[in-house]
Amino acid sequence: MLALVSPALLVILLLIVLPVGWLAWQSIYHDGFTLENYRRVFTEDIYWRSFALTFEISLAVTIIALLLGYPVAYLANSVPKGWSILILSLVVLPFWTSVLVRAYAWLALLQRTGVINQLLRYLDVISEPLALAHNTFGTVVATVHILLPFMVLPLYATMQKIPGDLMQAGASLGASPSLTFARVFLPLSLPGVLAGCTMVFVLCLGFYITPELLGGGRTVMVSMLVSRNVELYNQFGAASAVAVVLLLSVLLIFFVVSRFISLDRVLGQK
Amino acid sequence: MKTKRNLGLGCALLGAMGLTTAADAAEQITFVSQGGAYQQAQTVAILDPSAKKLGITINQDSIPDAWPAIKTQVGSGKPIWDVVDTPTGYCLRGGEQGLIEKLDFSKIPNAAAMPEAYRSPYSVSYEFYSSVLAFSQKTFPKDAPNSWADFWDVKKFPGRRALRNHPIATLEAALMADGVAPDKLYPLDVDRAFKKLEEIKPNITVWWTSGAQSAQLLNDGEVDMEMAWNGRVSAVAKEGAKVAFTYNQGILQSTSLCILKGAPNLDTAVKFLNEAVDPVHQANLPLNIDYGPGNPKAFETSVIKPERAAQLPSEPANAAKQALMSYAWWSSPAGEAAEKRWASFMQK
Repeated sequence: MLALVSPALLVILLLIVLPVGWLAWQSIYHDGFTLENYRRVFTEDIYWRSFALTFEISLAVTIIALLLGYPVAYLANSVPKGWSILILSLVVLPFWTSVLVRAYAWLALLQRTGVINQLLRYLDVISEPLALAHNTFGTVVATVHILLPFMVLPLYATMQKIPGDLMQAGASLGASPSLTFARVFLPLSLPGVLAGCTMVFVLCLGFYITPELLGGGRTVMVSMLVSRNVELYNQFGAASAVAVVLLLSVLLIFFVVSRFISLDRVLGQK
Repeated sequence: MKTKRNLGLGCALLGAMGLTTAADAAEQITFVSQGGAYQQAQTVAILDPSAKKLGITINQDSIPDAWPAIKTQVGSGKPIWDVVDTPTGYCLRGGEQGLIEKLDFSKIPNAAAMPEAYRSPYSVSYEFYSSVLAFSQKTFPKDAPNSWADFWDVKKFPGRRALRNHPIATLEAALMADGVAPDKLYPLDVDRAFKKLEEIKPNITVWWTSGAQSAQLLNDGEVDMEMAWNGRVSAVAKEGAKVAFTYNQGILQSTSLCILKGAPNLDTAVKFLNEAVDPVHQANLPLNIDYGPGNPKAFETSVIKPERAAQLPSEPANAAKQALMSYAWWSSPAGEAAEKRWASFMQK
């Protein structure tokens, strides 16, 4: 068994553990040990603001993705096999296009001269173009779109395992469909909700392209601070300290989540 | 001798090894620029002719941002590159940090003849571009904004605006908008500049980060006016978009040539440096791309036609309307502090 996984372990060691460890080392060692990089992250208020904004955006994206994704997963779960395959392929289809292309596509839709504003003006709904891009709104819309599959797939997997008999049992005891949903189906699908939300939230914390292209320069998420610090301080330590703090917050989230649900489940094992 | 084009560091290494083992004992250097159409234009205008004239081989490499590589190469004690074409500020900062050779101008007569503001102890201006005020001719068919004061005047010139998400050139523009003369900018009054920027901030739709983005904003009509690099605006105009720009109060910026400390072919590199800023080679550059020559003497050769010269940022009459960026100030502690302050300005 070990022989089989060792190539994969080696790749992980060489390509993930070592570089991340080296970066973390640089954040505390630069011509001697220093905590300067961390002092900066914890005392200068731009970092705090950026972390707060990143968590706010991630929360908004997670909630919207859940509200949009749950009905899709529910539908895919309750229709005949052929239809569910079709629905799931539509969910996964955007995966085949690069994130960069999708971000630019949103720009083409949302900007002042974009499709949506042109259409609304043509229909006389608005007289002035709406500010849909170059702000937090545009960032959230595009990020939700990109992360939606990470919500739908764990939800669907969980719903698949809920025995249909339970709903029939509920109905046979006289409960209305909405009551069976609320009292039986919804609670049983909660592990999927938690798994999907964790995936989306954590992935969103590290997003770079959508805020960079659709944020208009003012939506400064943490990943952008990382790249800016490389330029500003001309050494990796200043940037990797930000990355280390972000990584630790992600690990903390996983730790908290793991108190409620097995991590295998979040990562799609069971 | 022909110029050799290498695609990456690995190739440059292989190439260099191949050449040293060959019987060919001709002198050679490795020259690094930023790639793309820009490096191609240099190859035609400057690099191939220089190689021919000096009888040397010029190996080329390209990298969008040379600074980290300069640090690692010189830090390793065995640099591979000789001459780098990079934003002037990096040459100065590199010079101060001992990463760049100090130049002996007695061996570089072409550079010695250039205005003092166009060179430093570590570098020689190689080409000029400008951060200009660009606008949509659709929005402003006549009475277009013509100064940074106009850009700041949202009543007289309503419309959506964009600035670069970077303090360099932006602080200069803010001070000119506040009435500072283009030749009296340095040392920059940073407090005053940021105060003026606070004033326009609510009216800035986009803070752009890449030249491509600035071009897209103008091309799509996403903004009505913005600060952009002259070459980007003229490229958009050439595609047929109704856009134009003014050199008035532009911020004249340059990339410079400098030599890595401990460069493997120092003597040849110095010879090349002199040849690269030769007025005739320099005059050939703007025939291939929308950048101005680093050596103003290029305009005295008959190579550049007057109508072409009038389009170039470093043409003397155009240069006179602009502010010449002080890279010395930007790489000073005050400049570095201003650069760090930018982050908190953007996130407030």
